[in-house]
Amino acid sequence: MLPISDFIKGKNSEGKKVLSVFLTSGFPDPKSFTELALKILDAGADMLEIGFPFSDPLADGPVIQHSSNTALQKGINLEKTFGYVKQIREKTEKPLILMGYANPVMSYGIKKFAEDCKSSGVDGLIIPDVPLEEYESFFTPDFNGLEKILLISPTTNDERIRLTDDKSSGFVYCVSVSGTTGNEKAEKDIEFIEHSRSILKKNKMLVGFGISSEEDVRKYSPFCDGVIVGSAVIKSLMEDDDTTEAVKRTLNLVKRLKAAL
Amino acid sequence: MYNPIKYNLPDKDGKFGRYGGKFVPETLITPLQELERTYLGLKNNPRFLSELNKLNREYSGRPTPLTFAENLTKYFGKAKIYLKREDLCHTGAHKINNALGQILLALRLGKKRIIAETGAGQHGVATATVCAKFGLKCVVYMGEVDIERQKPNVFRMKLLGAEVVPVKSGSRTLKDAGNEAIRDWVTNVKDTHYIIGSVVGPHPYPMMVRDFQSVIGTETKEQILILEKKLPDFIIACVGGGSNAIGIFYPFIDDDVQLIGVEAAGLGLDTDKHSATLTLGREGIFQGMMSYLLQSKEGQISEVHSISAGLDYPGVGPEHSYLKDISKAKYFSVTDEEALNGTKLLSRLEGIIPALETAHAVAGIEKIIPETNKEQVIIINISGRGDKDLDTIRKNAGL
Repeated sequence: MLPISDFIKGKNSEGKKVLSVFLTSGFPDPKSFTELALKILDAGADMLEIGFPFSDPLADGPVIQHSSNTALQKGINLEKTFGYVKQIREKTEKPLILMGYANPVMSYGIKKFAEDCKSSGVDGLIIPDVPLEEYESFFTPDFNGLEKILLISPTTNDERIRLTDDKSSGFVYCVSVSGTTGNEKAEKDIEFIEHSRSILKKNKMLVGFGISSEEDVRKYSPFCDGVIVGSAVIKSLMEDDDTTEAVKRTLNLVKRLKAAL
Repeated sequence: MYNPIKYNLPDKDGKFGRYGGKFVPETLITPLQELERTYLGLKNNPRFLSELNKLNREYSGRPTPLTFAENLTKYFGKAKIYLKREDLCHTGAHKINNALGQILLALRLGKKRIIAETGAGQHGVATATVCAKFGLKCVVYMGEVDIERQKPNVFRMKLLGAEVVPVKSGSRTLKDAGNEAIRDWVTNVKDTHYIIGSVVGPHPYPMMVRDFQSVIGTETKEQILILEKKLPDFIIACVGGGSNAIGIFYPFIDDDVQLIGVEAAGLGLDTDKHSATLTLGREGIFQGMMSYLLQSKEGQISEVHSISAGLDYPGVGPEHSYLKDISKAKYFSVTDEEALNGTKLLSRLEGIIPALETAHAVAGIEKIIPETNKEQVIIINISGRGDKDLDTIRKNAGL
């Protein structure tokens, strides 16, 4: 079974696109994170990407750097993240993805990491600093049974898009702009998005990086199979000292984005 | 002994054994491939090489001398000590060797804008210098802590027309400047070339920077063969990222010469205030490469310390990790205090004020000299001069 790709195909066959929401593990409040994740799913997220924190997140813009740092300061690590996944998994069938950098995974132990992913209920992985070139050396056979989601970006040429499609599973993550996460201002290249999707044979394609509003969702969703929202959600969660208010506003945002799909 | 297997690394994947590689976001892969292709096409191109040689000679002042350190040699009464004088390069350190090479590449790649990270400011100054000379826009990322302790270099960069961007994230030192430079590059990759200042980062940087810096070792070899009619017994250099060390080591890599790298032990190896990556680190993935790293049990990169901003880095070039593992080079560390003593020693005995980075290599001499004899020869790579550090030295050296 391929939980993520089958799930997206299922949604698409009903004429729906998917909304994937990124949350930083344990952010903003470690105690209520599981609850927050479940509420986000209830509000309309079709799947969750849970980011485990790293001290030097070089693909991320200021918003996710902030959430990652805060999580680290609050003692969030992979062990705690697997704990959250387990609790969330008990309450949902929707795809759960872990996203994060290679070094904490190596430190945790590749084999143990892969085992804990499977036993806690993780369906897939996004490791942005493990590109195609390092795929074989990093994703040992221990990872069999987990979907490994690879990324393409506006600098990726056609041949490479094909190779990525071949190796990737779950979906292909289309980075809509050259830049770090949360780059709302950069002009996203619709032509690139449309063209990339036309090349993919095996995988569905989700678009992310800098998708923040209903307008973005309306604009890009016709050209892909779903969208990923990260920084906009994290930003909404951190804009308030009052967590209850922040959560309320964020759930509202997720609802609005979902309605715009 | 004749060794038929010549050292020939990195391999086609940019690996030195298990180290190195390209652990970067997808957006950077195509530019890295383009850079590698362009570089490999040029590295043996006679026109490119003659242009670079001309700049090295007429702009930078190469070859730099190999100076016999007569007083230092007498002081220890053991092996003969020579100094490879990279402090006499234009801009005052070896960093210009790499900056000149990379700016020529950037011009051929058609890039209009150059970015760089800097710790001590020497690489930032070298980059700002070549950008001024070739008329390219220059942005240098520098940690706030380093801006404070290397003020003269900040001013030099500004005077040379560069924009210096203070980095406020993380430990506000070299590693964070590197992160910000990578983020800039991911965002502006179309028109921007990133001049990495050391033998770190994703392939092809560790190879390319090594090649540009190996002019140091190539000259040294010629010079010592003329002066001593034999190869040296020891070569010693400081290691942060490790570019001056690799630069002088590499042309001797198939020779029977003991290569020694000296890391920064900061306040001591039994504290958490040091940057002794090869001595105390373990394997990990950071800033595009697999290498030894100083990191927590959970794989978070450590905040490190050295009195010298240029050695204050939690990673190290992947080739050094490999040379350590195969025991081709030896690495140990000296403390801030020992480095300050090294500064005083070289200043008073030879009239040469070394950079605080370089002072680690000078201090390293004391640890190996007892085992040497008068027939032997040691070369210290004097990677840079100390003007930029006068403030720090005055505050810490009790002068």
